[in-house]
Amino acid sequence: MTTNTAASATTGLDGTTSDGAPVSIQGLSRSFGAVRALDSLSLDIAPGELVALLGPSGCGKTTALRIVAGFETADSGTVTVDGKDVAAIPAARRDMGMVFQSYSLFPNMTALENVGFGLRMRKLNTAARVKKAAELLDMVGLSPQARQYPHQLSGGQQQRVALARALAIEPRVLLLDEPLSALDAKVRLQLREQIRTLQQRTGTTTLFVTHDQEEALSMADRVGVMREGRLEQVAVPSELYSRPASVFVAEFVGTMNRIPADYDGLDEVTVLGSAVPVAGDRPTDLTGAVDVLVRPEGLRVEAVPGGNGIVTGLTFLGSLTRVTVLLSGDVQVKVDKPSTAAASLVPGTSVQVRVAAGEPVLVAAAGGSGGSSARGVTSS
Amino acid sequence: MAAVVTAVEAAEQAPVPERPAAARRSFPVWRWVILLIAAAYFLIPLYAALRFAGFRAFTQVTSYPSFGSALLLSLRLALIATVLTLVLMVPTTVYVYLRLPSIRRIMEAITILPIVIPPIVLVIGVLKLAPGFLLATPNLLGLVYVVLAMPFAYRSLDAGLRSFDVRTLVEASNSLGAGWPTTLWRVVIPNLRTAMLSATVLTVALVLGEYTVASLDNFQTFPVWIVNFEQNSGPVSVAASLLALFVTWLLLMLIVTIGGRSARKRGGAEVALFSVSTAANVSATKGEPE
Repeated sequence: MTTNTAASATTGLDGTTSDGAPVSIQGLSRSFGAVRALDSLSLDIAPGELVALLGPSGCGKTTALRIVAGFETADSGTVTVDGKDVAAIPAARRDMGMVFQSYSLFPNMTALENVGFGLRMRKLNTAARVKKAAELLDMVGLSPQARQYPHQLSGGQQQRVALARALAIEPRVLLLDEPLSALDAKVRLQLREQIRTLQQRTGTTTLFVTHDQEEALSMADRVGVMREGRLEQVAVPSELYSRPASVFVAEFVGTMNRIPADYDGLDEVTVLGSAVPVAGDRPTDLTGAVDVLVRPEGLRVEAVPGGNGIVTGLTFLGSLTRVTVLLSGDVQVKVDKPSTAAASLVPGTSVQVRVAAGEPVLVAAAGGSGGSSARGVTSS
Repeated sequence: MAAVVTAVEAAEQAPVPERPAAARRSFPVWRWVILLIAAAYFLIPLYAALRFAGFRAFTQVTSYPSFGSALLLSLRLALIATVLTLVLMVPTTVYVYLRLPSIRRIMEAITILPIVIPPIVLVIGVLKLAPGFLLATPNLLGLVYVVLAMPFAYRSLDAGLRSFDVRTLVEASNSLGAGWPTTLWRVVIPNLRTAMLSATVLTVALVLGEYTVASLDNFQTFPVWIVNFEQNSGPVSVAASLLALFVTWLLLMLIVTIGGRSARKRGGAEVALFSVSTAANVSATKGEPE
């Protein structure tokens, strides 16, 4: 047991920020047989920051979290917390609160006993333990359920108890392993806000693993997008969306259109009949037939007889309407348009689609990434 | 099995007003009939045995000085075998389950061996290997019974481990600062109670009924004593058998009742001898009242 916890466990939680520790992950690699789960992953998390690792299943994000937690060992690389290498410290002594994907409450203990478990391990006396556990249950709004056993609680309630249990030990680092993915949509949304609020209130450094981009973008200070064991980009959510560092990130985060274009290898690319500036690094190895990536808000659509596309669908999103247009060559794109102006665009209308003036676009190899030949298919 | 399920489903439905009262009561009636038939199947032979033995035989049995010592020996062996089995098998099974899942198949094969190998081979093996200070004592038999109980204990415990997410619970416990011994004691064992109870019941039943090895080893356990008796007096040996049955039954009921009560309190699995129902999944299927 580290001295840090013993000291901080006795201080109050209400409103005061506990000292979140800086976490530094350097060159972490891990293979399972022939599979490279982690390939030289590096990431720095500032004290009190919430960083989400986002990626498709099998990208290594959970392995990274488990190495930080001490449940998995790295082949190479280091994890330091507060400047100290934790490799030699067993999971039980790392002072990291963890919330798991599956329900992880101890079935033989009440909600209160579950929350008090970590405090008991820290040799807190019964009175102090019960008091603190009750405070934490109150914080997640489950005081009335204190005496109930896990099987008497709903999934959402169980995860809230699990969160209270993880925070009760005033961990230096909070690890969240897809804590919301087993819950239904409405509960997930509520819990998302609750986790974020509590995390900010306690100032706990948090690493959050998820495959749900909406979750990552809405909760995290910074999001790290992972692919095949590597970090593609770490950035604040808005930057990740507006300035993706790679084609993979661009297509994984938010909705993205893929449109065939012609690239001269210089500063401009010819798409939908007009030349537009290229964003980011110039892909030197690409010339000729390429795809460009544009967000739905980066495209314009007008009703023009004999235009380059036909409206096939409309999705009303409030002030905006997302117009689905089929371009020649069987390319489907989505274009956002103010709802008032989109009213006339019924399916079947002939339209002209173009890239908005001055909108920089990303250039990608033609044919789509990941071996997918579907064009204009967007992730959402 | 299907009938039971239907009966349970019917019982869960709210009474439907338009259904005639007689139809509603028909299920309990059938249940009683089945119960009576089953009861008759078990009780009539017992009753016949009781009549054959007569009351006097019972007083005769208990008056033999060797009766008490044989019964005590069997109970002692049951205790030794159960404690040793649990102490050996619980950590082993948990360890294999969590750390060495690849050798689970081998474990299964190993634990089936005592059933396959003839008792005489086991006895000779134990006699060859046992340390000298154990050879002359009945405690040696306790060790043999640990081996014999292993297949049942392993299967009960393995099924118990599969009924909840041990891995996650262990990791949760670790992350909260609990080391291995604490995790085993406070997290794994409490949730493995039902399975341990099954293992206990099976071990006790096995020890109290085992004849071959005990007689080969020349120990006067209760079953051996009964058989030795048979040669002398019919009614007395039948009375002894009935007593043995009653003692075993009483012991098993005691174990199941004590263990079952604490399990039910927490909404855990009911005690079943061969199957362990999955309490862990119950909460997952629950709706979201929020």
